[in-house]
Amino acid sequence: MVSRFKEALNSSKFVITSEVAPPKGTNLDKMLHHIDILKDKVDGINVTDHQSSVMRFPSLGGCLAIKERGGEAILQMTCRDRNRMALEADLLFAYSRGIRNVLCLTGDAVPVGDHKEAKGVFDLDSLQLLKAVRQMMSGQDMGGNKLEGTVEFCAGAIVTPEARPIEPQLIKFEKKVEAGAEFFQTQAIYDLENFTKFMEYARKFKTKILAGIVLLSSARMAKYMTENVPGIFVPQNLIDELSKVPKESMLTKGIEIAGRTIAALKKSAVCDGVHIMAIGKEEVVPDILAAAGL
Amino acid sequence: MKSITRQKTMEEIQRGLKGLDKVFIIGCGTCTTMTKTGGIDQVEEMKGRLQQMGKRVTGRAVIPTACDDMTEAAMKENEQYIRNADCILSMSCAMGVHRMNLYIGKPVIPALDTLFIGVEETPGYFREACAQCGQCLLGETAGVCPITACHKGLVNGPCGGTNNGKCEVDKEKDCAWTLIYNRLKEQGRLDLMRQYQPPRNHHIALKPRAIRIQ
Repeated sequence: MVSRFKEALNSSKFVITSEVAPPKGTNLDKMLHHIDILKDKVDGINVTDHQSSVMRFPSLGGCLAIKERGGEAILQMTCRDRNRMALEADLLFAYSRGIRNVLCLTGDAVPVGDHKEAKGVFDLDSLQLLKAVRQMMSGQDMGGNKLEGTVEFCAGAIVTPEARPIEPQLIKFEKKVEAGAEFFQTQAIYDLENFTKFMEYARKFKTKILAGIVLLSSARMAKYMTENVPGIFVPQNLIDELSKVPKESMLTKGIEIAGRTIAALKKSAVCDGVHIMAIGKEEVVPDILAAAGL
Repeated sequence: MKSITRQKTMEEIQRGLKGLDKVFIIGCGTCTTMTKTGGIDQVEEMKGRLQQMGKRVTGRAVIPTACDDMTEAAMKENEQYIRNADCILSMSCAMGVHRMNLYIGKPVIPALDTLFIGVEETPGYFREACAQCGQCLLGETAGVCPITACHKGLVNGPCGGTNNGKCEVDKEKDCAWTLIYNRLKEQGRLDLMRQYQPPRNHHIALKPRAIRIQ
């Protein structure tokens, strides 16, 4: 069984992924609702892994729910909470249950989350996890032992095109490409000129790049992100554009901005697709796609 | 290089001294004197606080280097006062607590928490520079240790939390990988950063770690 997401990546189509966040607790209604909205509209749905180091229902559980509902899941795996043995075991389990895509992340630091005294594991980093996936695909675990029944994943990673300074980030990007990252989902990008420059560089490498689109739901949120979230830069003209509309219309404006950004990226064929992060407002992803003419 | 310590809260110290009313206080003339957590002045201050707490202080001493074998002689000098006490309250680092436990047989209660081994970069500013991991990478990282200087201990480059050269956990902390990048670039050795670093071996020296020098 080949990953449907991988097939989309290898086709000439403009790939669209989005993501859902599992709940804190066992009431899955909202997440399942979001999955149902997204599953037939996108090529893959990421499930976040204790995003921002906030403890939640597991990514793997969310991926199984996507699978059960006929969607294509992308398992986000961070190295923050599990050592190499636990990561490998979860990969075996994920594969056995039909999960075919994995996004390898280092993970946010523990103190930014809601279990501030927990031990951050980081036995592996994102790059080493990518290599571990590759090694398991070759039939061996990280200890060099033969696996009885192997795995097959479409493995990807992330990159932050607005990181400052950018050069160390690009070195790591190249190491991830070398380690066999088949796709990258980028951190949010808003400045298309900057992103185009990044893509001129990234196009030299054999991998697929999906531009990160984070929905701006208000001027305040845009300002907050640009001031506080590492690697996110929202140009002032977008903040001004949001500020000019009445509060109740800001979300509509944000959808319009996301839609036209996606349309511009598709039209110029600057990248291979987009990864849409609506952060709690997943129900408007179809509106974003409509605004993008998709 | 200093063992960096921080005094426990008086509530914690009081809890540690529960049922132990007569106390002999020992400070250290080396690290905790330097860091002002266990020198003569702090030992004096602690004496006053213990008395306010209703404890009887049978004596006090600041021994030159609490972690070395001279501690035995220093404790013997004060033996009668220590014997009169129910316990020793240590204002040395944990290495000193360990050493004091070897003599006289009185319980040793730490008044300090030992935080890290630090180097003094500028007067009064101590920074952790080595985590004793047993696989030194400093030659490949231009002398900046990614195990101690990166919050996550990453060995293959920065994470996405790097923020204008600072770390996502604290805007006051430098991003180790920005520092490493800048120094390697200056040295014309950026190829070292492009190398893949495999996962670390966490059992280079099997815990509990010890060595016998022949």
